[in-house]
Amino acid sequence: MGRLSGFRVTITQVFRPRVTEKFPQEKRPKPPRFHGRHVLNRYEDGMEKCIGCELCAGVCPAQCIYVRGADNLTDAPVSPGERYGFVYEINYLRCIHCDLCVEACPTEAITETKLFEFSFARRQDAIYTKDELLVDDEGRARRQPWELWLGGEDDETSAWMRATSSSGNAAYENRVAWSGELGFGVREPERGQGGDPGALPAPDQGGVS
Amino acid sequence: MSLEQIPHNFLTARLEDLVQWARERSVFPATFGLACCAMEMMATGAAHYDLARYGMEVWRASPRQADLIIVAGRLSQKMAPVLRQVYDQMVEPKWVISMGVCASTGGMFNNYALVQGVDQVVPVDVYVPGCPPGPETLFHGILTLHHQIRTGELLRRREATGAGAGIQLDQRDGTPSHVQPIPVRRKSA
Repeated sequence: MGRLSGFRVTITQVFRPRVTEKFPQEKRPKPPRFHGRHVLNRYEDGMEKCIGCELCAGVCPAQCIYVRGADNLTDAPVSPGERYGFVYEINYLRCIHCDLCVEACPTEAITETKLFEFSFARRQDAIYTKDELLVDDEGRARRQPWELWLGGEDDETSAWMRATSSSGNAAYENRVAWSGELGFGVREPERGQGGDPGALPAPDQGGVS
Repeated sequence: MSLEQIPHNFLTARLEDLVQWARERSVFPATFGLACCAMEMMATGAAHYDLARYGMEVWRASPRQADLIIVAGRLSQKMAPVLRQVYDQMVEPKWVISMGVCASTGGMFNNYALVQGVDQVVPVDVYVPGCPPGPETLFHGILTLHHQIRTGELLRRREATGAGAGIQLDQRDGTPSHVQPIPVRRKSA
């Protein structure tokens, strides 16, 4: 048995469960607050949420966002505000997916999807313009040919925003402050963070606000 | 005699396909982990994503045995000549993946210490975004490279631009301007 005893390790490996993912065909499920590539959201009536305020560009630590606002035309407005995002570009070869732009945005215009499987053979593909970032008429992200989308990955686009905005705290009081999204409506608040919500102090008593 | 010098006729019509298939399925990467991206690079090679499915499990410590270099992490100015030397020591055909935003453009470190994009030093074939890119993202970049090797797109592009991806900048007025990439010196066969 001496020369065969080394095979015992090999044979026991054969019967262990396989951990390897079939990656290009299947993906592992992403966490609900995963930071992927951005989308520019629209209201439920189809108006764009972006008002061209450039706060996202100002807060971006990598300076990867370029925004230029323009005044809305009174007869054909693009956004409900006074101005709208005329140019919106994100350079994905600079973006570090920190989500500071999502936190800075006053109108919840920019959020992040779960899509992280993309790579570029040409540098100019990496700069996403507003046409590529803006959601389509069903409120879904536009899928670029160099991205690998599988299934319904574009369902959850604003979980991180809802978890960190002031109304998304664990001591939730039955009233959401975020606006509806085209194709999805007003999203439900995220439940179950921080264990039992009753055990957490309210925001005005030193809790997380 | 390299592949490009073989004349095309009915005997060698499928030879190019065969060679490109073999090149695609046996890419050996050189280890060039510079920063935290190297952790994700290791995770890509480990059991859950398992680069061995694509014939890439051997990470060569010697550049002379490798034909792909994955620049994983920020490239400092002092490291730049090292990268160029490692790249020059690799045998043709060779490919470069710029992994992560720091390697691709400098990312959030827009300062004097870092090279703002490794394509200033070596010709990059595939850019992988993310900080750091997850194993899925790197895998997607590797599959993009595989597709380009198999379709011969890189060979055609190198004939056109000399090497690498060829940086093209779109100016604001709409006129594209080509930035000439660093030419690769090739020994004449």
